[in-house]
Amino acid sequence: MIRVVLPAHLRTLARVDGEVLIAVGKPVTQRTVLDALEARYPMLEGTIRDRDTKRRRAYVRFFACANDLSHESADAPLPEAVARGTEPFLVVGAMAGG
Amino acid sequence: MAAKGAPMSSVRVFVGTRKGAFVLSSDGKRERWDVAGPHFAGWEIYHVKGSPADPSRIYASQSSGWFGQVLQRSSDGGTSWEPVGSAFAYDGDAGTHQWYDGTQRPWKFTRIWHVEPSLDDPDTVYAGAEDAALFASRDGGNTWEELSGLRTHESGASWQPGAGGMCLHTILLDPQNAKRMFVAISAAGAFRSDDAGATWRPINRGLRSAQIPDEEAEVGHCVHRIAMHPSRPQTLFMQKHWDVMRSDDAGASWHEISGNLPTDFGFPIDVHAHDPETVYVVPITSDSQHFPPDGKLRVYRSRTGGNEWEPLTQGLPQRDCYVNVLRDAMAVDSLDACGIYFGTTGGQVYVSPNAGNTWNCIVRDLPAVLSVEVQTLP
Repeated sequence: MIRVVLPAHLRTLARVDGEVLIAVGKPVTQRTVLDALEARYPMLEGTIRDRDTKRRRAYVRFFACANDLSHESADAPLPEAVARGTEPFLVVGAMAGG
Repeated sequence: MAAKGAPMSSVRVFVGTRKGAFVLSSDGKRERWDVAGPHFAGWEIYHVKGSPADPSRIYASQSSGWFGQVLQRSSDGGTSWEPVGSAFAYDGDAGTHQWYDGTQRPWKFTRIWHVEPSLDDPDTVYAGAEDAALFASRDGGNTWEELSGLRTHESGASWQPGAGGMCLHTILLDPQNAKRMFVAISAAGAFRSDDAGATWRPINRGLRSAQIPDEEAEVGHCVHRIAMHPSRPQTLFMQKHWDVMRSDDAGASWHEISGNLPTDFGFPIDVHAHDPETVYVVPITSDSQHFPPDGKLRVYRSRTGGNEWEPLTQGLPQRDCYVNVLRDAMAVDSLDACGIYFGTTGGQVYVSPNAGNTWNCIVRDLPAVLSVEVQTLP
């Protein structure tokens, strides 16, 4: 199972507490993780990625294993520790005022 | 007036703010209030409105610069909510519109500014978008389709945003003609459909805007708000960027009714629930000074359908007040003594339970208020 940490506003929207555990087939990439996440929580569609282009929204960041993966290809494999479920994939609201 | 012993009517006020939604409730006296919220804490709530056909059915537009647009629906009067569909896709090739610098820019969806439930079907609701477009849902907000005859009007490529974005902020449904709708767009102007939203015509004749090269152009006017009394849908009142205007032919022509207002810049405009010739505005100093003249918060009322205006000040701050009242932030209830409501960018929500004669502050320290709507309940 892949561990996903959502920002507080999206946890509230999805009505979840803490980490989300989702099953993701191989390969484990940003795209496959987010596809599985949105399939399970349809209310998150459009909140992390653009609904049509599937590009990351401007003020959303993806972190894992203390690295910023926001600018990696959506189809690049995520770190092995994420794929094994020992480290979470973090969806983060970017630092921006307001 | 309620018969002796009969249950008193009540009101429920929906307040959309920069950081959440609040529900204010009172009995018909409108003296003591319950404040519930914030719902959707931390999100911008541009608008919340209930269905006239089923007052328990409420729609709310929830948005965020981080996480985009969410549409929420309540079936219990705003106590609990569920996210519904938020796939607002422009119909076909969206094309381009004019940008501030004169270049063409692709239409891009940002948020829903205004939700307008149908007058007779709680599952039908319209939504006004930025970039300007009109969407409709026939299934309670689960799915949306664009009424693209508006955006694809031949003038569409010339529309450009106002300072707040190119938003469709006003939707009026004609209670006497199910096929007639009005919308207003900043900064394109007002439009009317006579075929349930399939096709549209600009209705801006008589408007003059010094901020555009042709002051009397067919489109390009920054209409801030239009209002209608349900008993007289041919008559429309408009608060434009500058100028307060009136039409008595469903928008085919307009004439100015600013009269003796201290300034005719402002955002909201509304009509008394029982008197279609009584109109309310909140004059704001200017387009660059979005606060009341002289630091005095004054609602102005005309009992003559315009031109002759009186300031309403009792209970409102008359010194050191520099808030704004945004276009969707005024509403009226339909109790016998018509209540008038408005919210400010300073977070205050005011009520007058007597058609504007006196005012009370319901709540004082909310986030900046974006919208105010009221339901009159049995």
